[in-house]
Amino acid sequence: MHTVPLTLLTIIGEGLLRERLITEIERAGAKGYTITECSGSGSRHRRVGELLGENMKLECVVSPEVADKLLGILSDEYFPHFAVIAYLSPVSVIRGDKYV
Amino acid sequence: MLEVLRINLCSPISLAFVLGLFARIIRSELSLPRELYASLSIYLLLALGLKGGVELSHASMAELAWPAIVTLLLGVITPCTAYLVLRRIGRFSIADSAGIAAHYGSVSAVTFIAAQQFVQTLGFPAEGFMPTLLTLLESPGIHVALGIGAVQTARLASQPRADGSHPVERRPLKEVLHEVLTARSMILLVGGLACGFVMGEKGYEPVKPFFEGMFKGALTLFLLEMGLAAGARLGDLKSTGLFLLAFGMIMPILHGSLGVFLGHWAGLSIGGATVLGAMAASASYIAAPPAVRMTLPEANPTLYLTAALAITFPFNIVLGIPIYFQLARMLAG
Repeated sequence: MHTVPLTLLTIIGEGLLRERLITEIERAGAKGYTITECSGSGSRHRRVGELLGENMKLECVVSPEVADKLLGILSDEYFPHFAVIAYLSPVSVIRGDKYV
Repeated sequence: MLEVLRINLCSPISLAFVLGLFARIIRSELSLPRELYASLSIYLLLALGLKGGVELSHASMAELAWPAIVTLLLGVITPCTAYLVLRRIGRFSIADSAGIAAHYGSVSAVTFIAAQQFVQTLGFPAEGFMPTLLTLLESPGIHVALGIGAVQTARLASQPRADGSHPVERRPLKEVLHEVLTARSMILLVGGLACGFVMGEKGYEPVKPFFEGMFKGALTLFLLEMGLAAGARLGDLKSTGLFLLAFGMIMPILHGSLGVFLGHWAGLSIGGATVLGAMAASASYIAAPPAVRMTLPEANPTLYLTAALAITFPFNIVLGIPIYFQLARMLAG
């Protein structure tokens, strides 16, 4: 089967950021995303608080350029103050034009 | 005073709260499902709004005008005093001071309900339009404090940090305003008030057993959850320091006394002045935290959540409300 190499961007962070992050990825050019609720612990040791909601994992398949742009936005505007991590993974998809 | 304290401590609300705290302290596995917490808060806020709306339909504008004015005044004064004390005496950063002040400027609906139940138990019911005052006090304090924070940090926002990076861009006031005004608590309270006002006593009658008959039971269960949530924050008291501990107990007394005084001056009854005092003394932990987190991300959430939830909320539930009641009784002679 013919597959196209693309990039999977995964963002895990405070659930409160949900709407803002959706706007960011859509503005940057992502065509879709998947969100799941999740929990865990990281370098900030504890979540902000049960009253502020669970953590969320946002995944989107994008072109390497869009992924890079989004990592830049996350680094500048989110990493300094919010509990957020992000990472990239190479993926192979069919119907590549659906994502870019 | 001791008798009033005893009555308050032995109420189902206080006991459920203490049970929740105790369960967390001994690390019990007890926890309420998130959906139940959300359902209870929806039920309580809507019940409060509906009942308030029905009562509001009986109230005259003349009766409501002065209490509404002093409530708005409290919404402006309390975040300013809290900010000044935190910044000047506590030496907190601008963001932390504004973040905490936003919580103390807004109001805790659960403290309001607890105060309302307390004065009712003692035979001094508050005015029926009090939920209207609750909605009036919910958002101004948050905006005033966030406004102070934004103005104070405006010059910093234009300067790059030492490491060359730029601070987080401020969100437009319009977005923040939209977030606070469309928050679940505001929709339920204001919407409930409007629905109650329109339906009046007759329309309310069929749903009354559901919204009033189960109210105290639901509140007791909710307070159990609040006890668990506050208990989970007790460990943070070590890191927040003694100043915040003292602030979380002294500030409510000052704001509460001001609320009682202004309420009395505006013509509220003993019960009404007590409830207004409890409202002014309380710190929000439902509406304010997300607004502050999104608008002032530099502010440390541990500080404002611990102060509002683990210090001021239990203080008001156990000691504060009886104090404001005594004060209101003294003022009324």
